[in-house]
Amino acid sequence: MNDFRYIITGLVLFIVLVTFPLWTRAGKAAPAPVPSLETQAIQQLEEKQCVEGTEYMRANHMSLLEEWRNQVVREGKRTYVAGNGKEYEMSLQKTCLQCHSNKSQFCDQCHNYLGVQPDCWTCHIEPKES
Amino acid sequence: MGMAFSFFSVIGLMLVAYLGAGLAGWHYLFGVIIPYVAFAIFLAGLAYRVVKWARAPVPFRIPTTAGQQKSLPWIKASPLENPSTTAGAVGRVALEVLFFRSLLRNTRMELHRGPRLAYHWEKWLWLGGLLFHWSLLVILLRHLRFFTDPVPAFVSWLEGLDGFFRFGLQALYLTDILIVGAVTYLFLRRVVIPQVRYISLPADYFPLFLILGIAATGILMRYFFRVDITAVKELAMGLATFRPFVPEGIGVLFYIHLFFVCVLVSYFPYSKLVHMAGIFLSPTRNLPNDSRARRHINPWNYPVKVHSYEEYEEEFRDKMKMAGLPVEKE
Repeated sequence: MNDFRYIITGLVLFIVLVTFPLWTRAGKAAPAPVPSLETQAIQQLEEKQCVEGTEYMRANHMSLLEEWRNQVVREGKRTYVAGNGKEYEMSLQKTCLQCHSNKSQFCDQCHNYLGVQPDCWTCHIEPKES
Repeated sequence: MGMAFSFFSVIGLMLVAYLGAGLAGWHYLFGVIIPYVAFAIFLAGLAYRVVKWARAPVPFRIPTTAGQQKSLPWIKASPLENPSTTAGAVGRVALEVLFFRSLLRNTRMELHRGPRLAYHWEKWLWLGGLLFHWSLLVILLRHLRFFTDPVPAFVSWLEGLDGFFRFGLQALYLTDILIVGAVTYLFLRRVVIPQVRYISLPADYFPLFLILGIAATGILMRYFFRVDITAVKELAMGLATFRPFVPEGIGVLFYIHLFFVCVLVSYFPYSKLVHMAGIFLSPTRNLPNDSRARRHINPWNYPVKVHSYEEYEEEFRDKMKMAGLPVEKE
């Protein structure tokens, strides 16, 4: 019976720790990231479409980049035929970053939101934003 | 029997999530309502269990633990196995909770011809259990990246450590491999060892299959069939900030994963899984053995109404004399 207060203290401590994500923001809304498409290259496009559809790119761009890496570095193939038949050069710097030149407004938006640290820039040169 | 029942229960749960969130499209139910209800059941159920346990009287210290009790100065005491102070008892509970010390002492007993009794070194259960529990903790902490914004530094640090190896371009989490390996071992152990199989119930298999299902759906989502992870975090942050919101385009795999977690969490307080809280209340671990140094008086002793022999004789003296019984006072 003497231990009742210790046990309750432990229980309260546990509940406070487990609900940490609930009270840490105290009910303030967490704004979702808005990756910006406002670059000159994208503005000039007639049809604003990435290599593949937006849905696919949002979920799978990392798999696509990995496939490109393997194709170019290991197989020596440099041409990617997209789902709609268009051809692209498999290159991070020449294709992806040509349109998405705004790394801090585009890539970093979601990556920071999710705490993801991709190692693109351990090999590639990080683009300088004007 | 128990195994098949548990297995098909988990398959059934998967179908429920698949039909509900996948085909019928009840995303709000599976993404918001069920998680909130499950989390509330978890907290309330756990509190109920612990408060109920805390009310149970534990008046005695249990001195028969493995280790020399503190006695004469020239006898070497073992302060962690048989502590005489509160600090020692805290240490003993910590060793139990963090490193499963009791399980480390596990041995296997066999009767050989002769008859000869043999005790075998048996550390596999300890190792499997330790790997499983630590992996689960690391995985839970890693998931904080979905519920916090900005992500705390220790979560990123833990992810970096856990994701030391690569799978293609992305981190291959060690804990993902360890938890699947460890749960598989814990399951196979129940199937292969006849004595353990004999005492295994559906309540033993069900959590194993459910955890395996959670791990499998998580691994599939991460490495093979990607879901829109930004949308997943938007959903999670909506839950954490009490502004529930279901973004479009999250794959059904995620809803199956989430539903499994909700089932596990709401099943938690009413099953053997609640040993997470119960281990802190083990009387052989959390009470310092000082029963010979301090006098423990039962705290809920009440004045007992007694009828002493003197009072008895006063009451029945005449009758006793008449019956020829000896009395102390004439």
